[in-house]
Amino acid sequence: MTRIEFMQGNTACAEGALAAGCRFFGGYPITPSTEIAEHMARRLPKVGGTFIQMEDEIAGIASVIGASWTGTRSMTATSGPGFSLMMENIGYAAMTETPCVIVNIQRGGPSTGQPTMAAQGDMLQCRFGSHGDYSIIALSPASVQEMYDLTVKAFNLADRFRVPVFVMSDEVIGHMRERIEIPETVPIVPRNGLEQGVLPFAAGEDKIPGFPEFGRGFGVHVTGLTHDERGYPEATDPKIHAGLVGRLVAKVEDARHEIADYSVTSEGAEIVFITYGPTTRTVRQLLHDRPEAGIGHLQLRIVWPFPEKVLQAFPKARAFIVPEMNLGQIAREIQRHTCVPVVSVPKLGGELHTPDELAAVLEGLL
Amino acid sequence: MSADDWFRTDRLPHIYCTGCGNGTIINCTLEAVDAMGWNKNDTVFISGIGCSSRAPGYIVTDSLHTTHGRALAFATGVKLANPRLHIVVFTGDGDLAAIGGNHFIHACRRNVDMTVVCMNNMIYGMTGGQGSPCTPVGALSTTTPYGMGEPVFDLAELAVTAGANYVARWTSYHVTELTRAIQTGLETPGFSFIEAMVQCPTAYGRRNKLRQVSDMITYLKTHALLMQKKKRMEEEGEPIPPEMFAVGEFTRRSRPALGVPK
Repeated sequence: MTRIEFMQGNTACAEGALAAGCRFFGGYPITPSTEIAEHMARRLPKVGGTFIQMEDEIAGIASVIGASWTGTRSMTATSGPGFSLMMENIGYAAMTETPCVIVNIQRGGPSTGQPTMAAQGDMLQCRFGSHGDYSIIALSPASVQEMYDLTVKAFNLADRFRVPVFVMSDEVIGHMRERIEIPETVPIVPRNGLEQGVLPFAAGEDKIPGFPEFGRGFGVHVTGLTHDERGYPEATDPKIHAGLVGRLVAKVEDARHEIADYSVTSEGAEIVFITYGPTTRTVRQLLHDRPEAGIGHLQLRIVWPFPEKVLQAFPKARAFIVPEMNLGQIAREIQRHTCVPVVSVPKLGGELHTPDELAAVLEGLL
Repeated sequence: MSADDWFRTDRLPHIYCTGCGNGTIINCTLEAVDAMGWNKNDTVFISGIGCSSRAPGYIVTDSLHTTHGRALAFATGVKLANPRLHIVVFTGDGDLAAIGGNHFIHACRRNVDMTVVCMNNMIYGMTGGQGSPCTPVGALSTTTPYGMGEPVFDLAELAVTAGANYVARWTSYHVTELTRAIQTGLETPGFSFIEAMVQCPTAYGRRNKLRQVSDMITYLKTHALLMQKKKRMEEEGEPIPPEMFAVGEFTRRSRPALGVPK
């Protein structure tokens, strides 16, 4: 039976993870994400899982990747400074195709910045932060309910695509308390295991190899070096490197329209707001306050891979307004996929845009 | 089964230089692992980055060749998520003592059930011979062209202080003692640390008048001070030459450990 609760966003994230079968959490305390670790520390031992507070975030993500190779759904949660520390091992997870979920409750940066204030400043870092070419999946919840639902989804996507998947939330949603419906069960898409006799890094048409879980007799060698389909290091063969990295990117990017998760409001609108995460709420308020204005709205729940075809859902659009709690990180991505003028509405400082601020931008365009 | 059965023969030839001692240490480790009667399917070799860290790639079991310095953090995740798996970590002085120092002391403190074999060649070999935290004072390397001016990290003493259940140090000359020590480490629940001093004629010896393999092994043999003798010298107030290092068993105890299968 569905349970109705009044819950904090960070708690909803942890509960979503547990419902999705997450049984390993390795992390390090950092504001404003710490409640996720605290909740997992209380709950995981009671469901047969493991919580460990590591010595830093580098070790946190490392332990998560290690745990994932035993076939255990594993996660960590952090914020800006910790996220920066994780970058090298995130690249390792991408290269070794290790499913894992990384929650970033974004705060103001750069550096120590604003620990207790919200931001969306890590949206490009989560896509490009580690060295080299690779691809990842990033989700962005706009409510406590979405924090729960998208965390569940993150585990399913991580297992299916064998990539690090990011829940790119922020202090607003992480610390907000609101009504949430917790379903009795959640959909689980398990990892495809490696079939006997198939090379561990050989992929079929979907470009995703089967997962050779440790302890099952596969004798798999996992390395961050460029490797062939056997998993053996082949770090100087240009064809092998281009083939491997090309596949790592293509397995996610080619599936971007299938992966896409979004909501479209008023397809015929001329002025369209595009949001992800908490700014979604401000735009909803604006739509509610001005039903007569015929404003369109696109909410992206998955930002990466960017599903550019969704922009065509608004054939009459003459402006896309993109409010973000950064200096226009995703506005730039939108811009490169459309001829429609993109109006970036950046806001720094840690506070969400107010409806009045967005109304002023709207009036300038009407 | 014999130690040979643990080698991934289709990966040969290996990358190690002529005269490298890492093969000796890998042999000793596999002898010890084989003597334990462990199943290949339940044993995982894990490593970081560097010459020693390439070892898991030559072993048939599941293996995780991770990022520089972080092997113990990855290994902690593997072990705690599935305590049934036996974990052996290969690392080196640069990987463990420099970039991985924080993970090393915390893995010792947690006393996570695993065995760590550190091939200490006193140099960064893979990158061509830079000074490490274990390069002896005065020794030449590409980044200590006027002689190493920093004191050496005593990794075995560090592991004892940080809380490991079993700690020993031997050299590539002492293969029997080393093999026995690794096996004791494998048998001991909790964190076992075995430091194996090993020759690197290519990146270390060449710059330090130890170009020949035999010269380097002689160096290790003559600089190794048996633990019993060291204790006797200390009791008798005899000065211990600073370039000597103790070999033998540093500790064997049963502090509470993490990840021990029930």
